[in-house]
Parts: sequence; structure tokens; C-alpha cells
Amino acid sequence: MGETITFWVLAVVSVAGALGLVFSRKAVYSALMLGVVMLSLAVLYAVQDAPFLAAVQIIVYTGAVMMLFLFVLMLVGVDSADSLVETIKGQRFWAAVAGLGFAALLALGIGNVTLSPAAGLGNAVKQAGGNVPSLAQLVFTRHVFAFEVTSALLITAALGAMVLAHRERVRPKATQRDLARARFSGPQPSPLPGPGTYALHNAIDMPALLPDGTLSPKSINRVLARHDEEAGVTPTDPRKAAIVKQLLAKDVLVEDGSGGGGDEEARDDDAVHDTAREGAHDVVKDNVVRDDVTDMDVQDDAVRDDVARSGDVEEAAHREDVK
Amino acid sequence: MTTHYLVLSALLFAIGAIGVLTRRNAIVVFMCVELMLNACNLAFVTFARQHGNLDGQLIAFFVMVVAAAEVVIGLAIIVMIFRTRRSASVDDASLLKY
Repeated sequence: MGETITFWVLAVVSVAGALGLVFSRKAVYSALMLGVVMLSLAVLYAVQDAPFLAAVQIIVYTGAVMMLFLFVLMLVGVDSADSLVETIKGQRFWAAVAGLGFAALLALGIGNVTLSPAAGLGNAVKQAGGNVPSLAQLVFTRHVFAFEVTSALLITAALGAMVLAHRERVRPKATQRDLARARFSGPQPSPLPGPGTYALHNAIDMPALLPDGTLSPKSINRVLARHDEEAGVTPTDPRKAAIVKQLLAKDVLVEDGSGGGGDEEARDDDAVHDTAREGAHDVVKDNVVRDDVTDMDVQDDAVRDDVARSGDVEEAAHREDVK
Repeated sequence: MTTHYLVLSALLFAIGAIGVLTRRNAIVVFMCVELMLNACNLAFVTFARQHGNLDGQLIAFFVMVVAAAEVVIGLAIIVMIFRTRRSASVDDASLLKY
């Protein structure tokens, strides 16, 4: 009786979780739903005389694997939402048909089988005395070869992950000297004005006032501005609204114009404080920000590298401008 | 009771398959694959009890080990693709297609 109740509760929970995993738009929700499914499956294992597997399920799946998923999700960017454009016509529909048909086929097939009452694991575990000792006995006797091969698999996986995640540093790390040089040869040696510094408020969304009373475009936080725009909020101050519009228009231009992956990364990194940066600023900043180089601009980087090494960042700026 | 568990396992597997077929985000596709593996494990455990034989549980254990290794490699590949192509969508990794 207890098992029946547990089963029905957890079956509903796990199917709902699985549906949530497939249909939620945000990847983090999907991950949480997967966690729910795995936990309920762990309980179902425990109910079915598999305490060891239940523990392993919780430790390995909900512990390690889900953490790994969440880590990568955060690395890749939580907001990378799925595009809803169908690249293959009717794909969703036919996928749903295939999936449901498959489910119906399996369920009907299984439902039609008449099974004898479950034998239970009582006899199997009696000899070694318990679930874990019996499993251990099996692992180290009948399945010892598979067990050994598993260790090879794990080592290969660890090595593979290291090889995949490794990246070479293709140019020397920018020193403090390079940074200072780039900063002072750039258009803005000082820090950008903070928001609301000279205005009545010091909230993050208040633009700073310049001494002549105009707003400083450099003080507007573009991330917040973009966020506001996506939420449909327009600034009440018409002057700020005009500046925000200008900034966002420029952003769109930059996004359209950037072909290589590198530019985007540089942009992401300092989206907060990035209003004017050109020329030499770019060179060294690229050095700092971009350790990974996509193959498209390796050549370009080689040129910059030579220049930076000779210490003539000024010239690099010039070259950039010409280009 | 065994039938119930098997039907649940089949349902979860089918839902995971639908997810793999429809979702575009590589990480979500990967999670759906994990869901399918979990559904298989449930079937293994169920059959182990049905037949009174521990081999099913042992196989489920091995499936978990292989799944863990697979997750490590798969996520490393996804991160690498994201680094070079700035996208985690399965549609964008199409260089080998043309």
C-alpha cells in the first residue's frame, strides 16, 4: 500500500518535472526540473529495493551532474534563450507525433504483457547479506572486466575534458605598464563619470550632470538602459531618453557589424563602462580580455602583437584607425 | 506494480526523446538525454526486482558511470563551441554540413 502511494505521487511529480524540463523556456528552469525528476527517481529506486542506487543517484546525478550542468549554464550565459524559429518546417509537430507515438507504442506493449508477481530481491541478496555487499560481490567477480574498463573510461573522460578545456596563451599577458600606456593613449584616461554624481540623486539609473547642466552620455549604464528598453520602460527625463536611444542605436550597429567572436567578448566584458573606446585602447584591452583567439583574427593579432611588444602602442592606434 | 514502473519509465523516455528532437539549446538537449538515461535506469531497476536478479541494478550503476563521463565530455564540447561560436544553439554548429 505504502509503495503504491509513493509510486503514484512520485510518478505524477516526475512526469510533471519531465514535461517542465522539455517545455520551460529558460534553461535554468529546465535544470531545476531535471533535478526534481532525478530526486523522485532516487526515491523510486529506494522503494524498489535498490538503496545503493538511490544513494548513488542522489550523489552522482543530483549532486555532481546537476552542479556541472548549472556551472556550464552560468558559463554559457543564462539568458541564451532558445530561438523559437523552426529551421526545419514542421519539425516540432512531427517530433511531437513521433514522441507520442513512441510513448503509446511502449506503454501499450508493456501494458499488454502479463507478468508474474515480482520475484523480489530477497533471495538474491540473502547469500552476501544485504544489497551493497551483493552488488560488491557481483562487481568484483562476474563483472570485474566491465568494472576495470569503466576505470579506463573515466580516465579517458578526465583527460578529454582537460584537452577540450585547455587553451594556449598566444600572446604575452599584458603587464601593468602596457595597461597604463594604453589607458593614457586612449581617449579617456580618467575613469568614466559615475551615474548621478553631479545630479540630485545618486541612484544607478540617474545620468550625471556636466557643469553646464547637460547630461553626460558616458555616465549612462548601457546594460540598465538596454534592460529597461526590453522591459518597455522609457526614461521620464526626455534628455536622458534621447541619449539612451542614441546609445542603444549605436549598440545595434556594433552588434550588426561584429563578425568575429572576439569583438563581442570584448564588448560583453565592459558593456557597463563602455562608451568611447577606440584605437590603442582596443589593442591592449584586447590583450587583457581575450585570451582565447578565434582563428578568424589570428593574423590580425599577430600584427598587433608585434607592435605591442615593441612598446609602440601609439602606432598601433594609428594602424587601427587606418584599418 | 512492475507494469506501472515500466510505463512510467517509457513515458519519461518518450518525453526526453521529444525534448531532444525539439529543443535548440545544446544544454537542454543534453539534459533531455540525461532524462532518457534515467528512464532506462528505472526500467533496469524494475526488471531487477521483477526477476529477483541483481544484475539489473549493476547495469544501472554502470549506466550512471558512463553517463557521468558523457556529461563531462559533452559539456566540455559545448563550452568549447560556445567559446568559438558564441552560441549554445545546436543549429549554429553547422560547419561540417556544408
